[in-house]
Amino acid sequence: MKFDKIKAWLYLLPALVFLAIFMVYPLIDVLIYSAEENYNFASQTFTGIGSENFLFVLSDPYFLQALKNTFILVIITVPLSTGLALLISLGLSSIKTLRHLFQTVYFLPYVTNTLAVGLVFMILFKKTPYSDGLVNVLIKLFGGEAVDFIDGPYAAKMFVMCFYTVWVVLPFKILVLTSALASVNTDYYRAAKVDGTPKWRIFTRITLPMISPMLFYLIITGFIGAFKAYSDAVALFGTNLNEAGMNTIVGYIYDMLYGDSGGYPSYAAAAALILFAIVLTITVINLIVSKKTAINAK
Amino acid sequence: MKIVLKGLTKLFKSRNKDAKEPVVAVKNFDFEIPDGKLIGLLGPSGCGKSTALNLISGLETPTEGKIFFGDEDVTDLQPEFRGVGMVFQNYALYPHLTVRQNITFPLENFKKPNKLTKEQKEERVLNVAKLVEIEDLLERKPSEMSGGQQQRVAIARALAKQPKVLLLDEPLSNLDARLRLQTREEIRRIQRETGLTTVFVTHDQEEAMSISDMIIVMKKGEVQQIGAPQDVYDDPTNLFVATFLGTPPINVFDGRIDGGALYIGSDKISDVDCGVQGKVTVGIRPEGLTISDEGVLNCALKSVEVMGRDTSVVALNENLTSQALRAIVSSENARLAKPDLTFKVNADKLFLFDAESGLRIPFSAKDACKG
Repeated sequence: MKFDKIKAWLYLLPALVFLAIFMVYPLIDVLIYSAEENYNFASQTFTGIGSENFLFVLSDPYFLQALKNTFILVIITVPLSTGLALLISLGLSSIKTLRHLFQTVYFLPYVTNTLAVGLVFMILFKKTPYSDGLVNVLIKLFGGEAVDFIDGPYAAKMFVMCFYTVWVVLPFKILVLTSALASVNTDYYRAAKVDGTPKWRIFTRITLPMISPMLFYLIITGFIGAFKAYSDAVALFGTNLNEAGMNTIVGYIYDMLYGDSGGYPSYAAAAALILFAIVLTITVINLIVSKKTAINAK
Repeated sequence: MKIVLKGLTKLFKSRNKDAKEPVVAVKNFDFEIPDGKLIGLLGPSGCGKSTALNLISGLETPTEGKIFFGDEDVTDLQPEFRGVGMVFQNYALYPHLTVRQNITFPLENFKKPNKLTKEQKEERVLNVAKLVEIEDLLERKPSEMSGGQQQRVAIARALAKQPKVLLLDEPLSNLDARLRLQTREEIRRIQRETGLTTVFVTHDQEEAMSISDMIIVMKKGEVQQIGAPQDVYDDPTNLFVATFLGTPPINVFDGRIDGGALYIGSDKISDVDCGVQGKVTVGIRPEGLTISDEGVLNCALKSVEVMGRDTSVVALNENLTSQALRAIVSSENARLAKPDLTFKVNADKLFLFDAESGLRIPFSAKDACKG
């Protein structure tokens, strides 16, 4: 028995070592960094332990801007992309002709490189000496005024950012939801049909509860993913996100570590922990809500 | 409510792209299901019996033909307007709803003039729950119940909206053997109490025979025979019906009629008068054979299986085309079993079929099969 236990731990050892070095140690390190006040990266010295780093980060206008950007992004894109994905999946599962073609079309963004997609969005939205961007051409066609989406007003930039995020996350959600819809036993629908259940009621009382575990999965991962947004912003607005006013929390952390203003690991650690706390809170709330509403199926 | 089917046909496109011919699931159904009876739609898997049920329910639309409920033509009516209650093979209970919510579900679909008040709904739910004896389980979820209980809930849900016709698709196939026996009695009782015209689909002949007022035997989309279970068993129209009904199954032999006498191999079974000469297929029910020294059918004993009240004698005969010859005899008679034994044949349990078409050949036995 005892030998068996030792053997089991031996088998686990390689994984545990790697986890300890690359997961546990950095986590603890982040905690330590975040508490060390006036840490100097070059001389490896600090003046004391306390909450000064957090106070600095929370009062830094760049961080507050990043926080605001991230929250707007999360609140707009998660419900919008999930809802859109649900609509498209419902459409896809109710058509027969050309279904595979549409499935492929909707899935294409998933296999496309983020930066390549960013380039396409530049063409769509960016003003250059030669053109106003495709979207502006359309706006003008309908008698509107051209807007600078990349270097223009905040709302326009935010719109592009949200549009881009929704477009990028849609395919995966559609993929998950179409398979979730397909896995609902058709007998439920047949039973509902014999009982004369209206379509809307079938959707709200049967389909939605049946796919709710998958919906909650998408919402939770969607929240986490949106909170971690960074590369999308870079692809659209370049690396100097603070200047563009389009920074995100992860972007702020990156800038603190390596950016022009880099070399402040303590501030980065504090910001990372704040992000962690936010994501944790939202995820816990999500889990509680989903447990209360998710179906109790076998 | 009687159900009348007139020339009902359902064709499906073949999955096989090369096949030009469509698959015939139901072919030219022309019969009447009398009011208030329990009808068993019986046949091997893939014979189209579930399709037939779906046509009656309205879940499938027929390619040709008409369906009447009473005098009303319901062929083009959507399922919800036909007033059918349906129970599915896997029960199709909504897993996220309690039993009470499941049974209430159809009632909530009623539109304006027929809309029920909360009290009326509760009363209906309670009534059907009492009928199927699940009134203690109303707050449970389907996953917290046994298969038999789920089955009852499914029946209750189908009955709650007070349908004119109750349809059951393989209602017992997901239950274990003991529950199946119990539940089929239950279905019989519920049908009697409600007096609903009930059609149920099954591939289990014993199930169909035991509780049906009338059985419809199907094969490859075609009705083979319709009648009371005992009549169909005693008087099958063809070889398929004869072999499909009865456990153990009927013994089938290659035989021939020569000069007004029926032979199996070299054994003369009986003088028969049927106006046919040459090869025939002979079917003898297991209970139509008894061991006797003055018997007519020579066989080699294989084994004797004791089944309690009766004994099953398994024997070999070179002209047998079914799997093994079985005779169900009394235990006294089984004591006569010896390596080379002869069976006496009861003419009432002996059927002749055309060797090619399998159609029944009527005959009268002249010398009543020797004792």
